Amino acid sequence: MVMEDTIKHITSYKGYLKVLIILLTLTAISVIAAWINFGAFSVGVALVIACIKSGAVLSYFMHLKFDNIVYRIMAIGVFILFAIIVGITFLDYLFR
Amino acid sequence: MSEGNHKQEEKNDDVASKMGMWIFIFTELLLFGGLFLVYAVFRVKYADEFHRAAAQLNTFIGTLNTVILLVSSMTIAMSVTAIQNYNKKLAMNMILITLVLAFTFLVNKYFEWGLKIKHHLYPSSELMFNLKHGENIFFSLYYFMTGLHALHIIIGMTILTIAYVRVRNGSIHAGHFTLLENGGLYWHLVDLIWIFLFPLLYLIT
Repeated sequence: MVMEDTIKHITSYKGYLKVLIILLTLTAISVIAAWINFGAFSVGVALVIACIKSGAVLSYFMHLKFDNIVYRIMAIGVFILFAIIVGITFLDYLFR
Repeated sequence: MSEGNHKQEEKNDDVASKMGMWIFIFTELLLFGGLFLVYAVFRVKYADEFHRAAAQLNTFIGTLNTVILLVSSMTIAMSVTAIQNYNKKLAMNMILITLVLAFTFLVNKYFEWGLKIKHHLYPSSELMFNLKHGENIFFSLYYFMTGLHALHIIIGMTILTIAYVRVRNGSIHAGHFTLLENGGLYWHLVDLIWIFLFPLLYLIT
């Protein structure tokens, strides 16, 4: 029981380097996309890329992918809560 | 038997402090989330003025600081791997690199803010007062959000400095590295916030 509990996932240095390369590539794409300027879509493009990047940081750097599932559920809950707050605020602002 | 129990207790302690760290991180996310909400509402209201104000920010420094934070996030993650692999020397070096990168970020921020302040663009300055309402709000949010973020960088550097000292004197080791792990989590949070600050302030023009 104790033995099973103490087994921890150790991410390799190479694994972290791969994640960094993906993050840097996404940053480059995001800067280039801002240059091209998709007009009304540019906010959406930038936010989608930022969400993918934060997903990578949360899953790999912050170990959510390998840790106890409780942390993952809590994190998802917080993001849902924030989405609800944003949704309600904009319903109020746009339709009052 | 008694040693087994002792180990179990220590482990539970680690789980509890990590859980506490995560709950703290969630409160931080909601703190910045509230600011992003303010940004979003005013951006919709003053789209053109936000557009013009954002174009005045230095995209190069913003991009450079993004790269610096992403690399530093990797090095602190690697320091946790190193301590798990009993490589004390590498763990210390990785924390040190993270601290140097964090300091570089602050130096860049100093020059970025310094240039704006030299051009009389700072909260409560006469120039800001005479700007259009939307531009004024944009720069106020820019100073407040990047300022609060920079404060988090300084706090993160303090925690990582403590972790560095404790790795060196051996109180953080392969069997017990919660402080380093939690410090790392805090540092990733700083990175996470910047991932959203950067496109919203510097890129969307």
